[in-house]
Amino acid sequence: MKILVCVSKAPDTTSRIAFNADQTAFDENGVQFIVNPYDEWYGLVRALELKETLGGTVTTISVGGADYEPVIRKALAIGADDAVRVDAPESDALYVASQIAAYARGKGFDIILCGKETISFNGSVVPGMVAELLDLPYVPLATKLDIDGQSAVLEREVSGGVEVIEAKLPVVISAAKGMAEQRIPNMRGIMAARTKPLETVAAADASVTTAIKAYSMPPAKGACRYIEPEQAGDLIRILHEEAKVI
Amino acid sequence: MAILVFADQHNGTFPKSSLEAVSYAARLAQTTGTTCTALTTGPVEGDGGLGQAGASRLLVTDLKGQDSQQLTRLVLAAAEKEAAHIIIFSHDLMGKLVAPRVAARLGAGMVSGATALPDVSSGFVVRRNVFSGKAIADIRVDTEKKVITVTPNSVGIVMTGGAAQVESFSADLGEARTHVRETRTESNEHGIPLPEADLVVSAGRGLKGPEHWGIIEELARELGAATACSRPVSDIGWRPHHEHVGQTGITIRPNLYIAIGISGAIQHLAGVNGSKTIVVVNKDPEAPFFKAADYGIVGDAFEVIPRLIEAARQFKSAR
Repeated sequence: MKILVCVSKAPDTTSRIAFNADQTAFDENGVQFIVNPYDEWYGLVRALELKETLGGTVTTISVGGADYEPVIRKALAIGADDAVRVDAPESDALYVASQIAAYARGKGFDIILCGKETISFNGSVVPGMVAELLDLPYVPLATKLDIDGQSAVLEREVSGGVEVIEAKLPVVISAAKGMAEQRIPNMRGIMAARTKPLETVAAADASVTTAIKAYSMPPAKGACRYIEPEQAGDLIRILHEEAKVI
Repeated sequence: MAILVFADQHNGTFPKSSLEAVSYAARLAQTTGTTCTALTTGPVEGDGGLGQAGASRLLVTDLKGQDSQQLTRLVLAAAEKEAAHIIIFSHDLMGKLVAPRVAARLGAGMVSGATALPDVSSGFVVRRNVFSGKAIADIRVDTEKKVITVTPNSVGIVMTGGAAQVESFSADLGEARTHVRETRTESNEHGIPLPEADLVVSAGRGLKGPEHWGIIEELARELGAATACSRPVSDIGWRPHHEHVGQTGITIRPNLYIAIGISGAIQHLAGVNGSKTIVVVNKDPEAPFFKAADYGIVGDAFEVIPRLIEAARQFKSAR
């Protein structure tokens, strides 16, 4: 089983969100970057589990600048065999997907795994675009992944239930909670990660189709209005008359 | 030039999220001086209410299954037939399945999870949430062809009183490389899918055990709300996983979110901070959730909830 796992960086959940002076770029000052949790906990760990039972290799791919290295080394420490970084800006989803597709094309990956979204842009777009660019089937938001012969067998939560989906290999999958459990890298993994191969490849030609015009912060919440627990029943009237939500 | 909107349906009925996407497409069509055509898979009675939501035409196909490549070929064929330059989806499972593929095939700029109609006064700019709801981004789309998915519960529906002209449609869809083997149904008390619910009653570890969920379900029933829960509660199996809202669960933006016995960790807030009104009930006055709340009750859930149920019952019977 030859698996490619897409690894994106994301600001730690507790990071302060701020922007540059003209509000067009995220202010990275003092921000701790982590491996995007959906990529790491679910996509990467399930890929490693499949490799452990079926044999094969797990390669990670990231699109970004040299500052990506700590995040890539973390993925290697968890257990990926080798890593690729496409030296290109993370411009927009189609540009990033084009870079991943350009690298993966013709290399014979059985599975390309991504997290269901990044916790920074929450788009859920890149894996679907990679699938289309490579003319592969796509199963988003999978909570379970097993291999049965030449097919992947996946589960996905739908409203009020679970669907079991069979997809012919090779396939592109986006991973949601449930696919695997987080793994903490051990000292041996961290040491080994230092010398595992990290290949840097040049960007492929691709166009950028969107741009950030401006970031802004959501309007601040007004102060919380407290209701005494003995008068809890008043809340229903307030929700109807003042908040007008019931 | 036209706008095409994919309207997902379940057994002939369009959920609110599909009507919202159609209404979004119709309003954008009006602003930009063009028409709105809807596309759906599977039979509908009449126009299924899509004319009311603003579609002037409805293309109906009998494609079964959810293979993303077949659906993509279908949407591309419909877009070509209609000469559509903008294609709209709801930001639901179907939108996530198909919209990125369509955008990649067309080389179209895509905005995922729009929360407002595009601003076309200067260029084409679409607003969406980023950083798990902690910030907003205005995205400029620079391509002639555009793909947008619309966040449910964020743009409303404007009824136009029209009717859509219905037409059957077929295209060469090629083979399906994915198949649904089976669908397992889990209990869903009120039949209100959580992502579409206007009102949500949610509870966490403060409830102390799964046996205490009766009062949560009763309050939800009296309000006509869906039930949800925090991550620890679904992780330890007190509640089913599809009820888990938060960063790793599902993201919702109901009109009313009542959080009972949930402290309000940042990961939980990321899944609910788009809610219009937030009510927090917690016995700990220092619970961080109160900072994000519109209304707060500091008190014991087991005393407060029965009062809420009683008041909701009286409210319902007085109407």
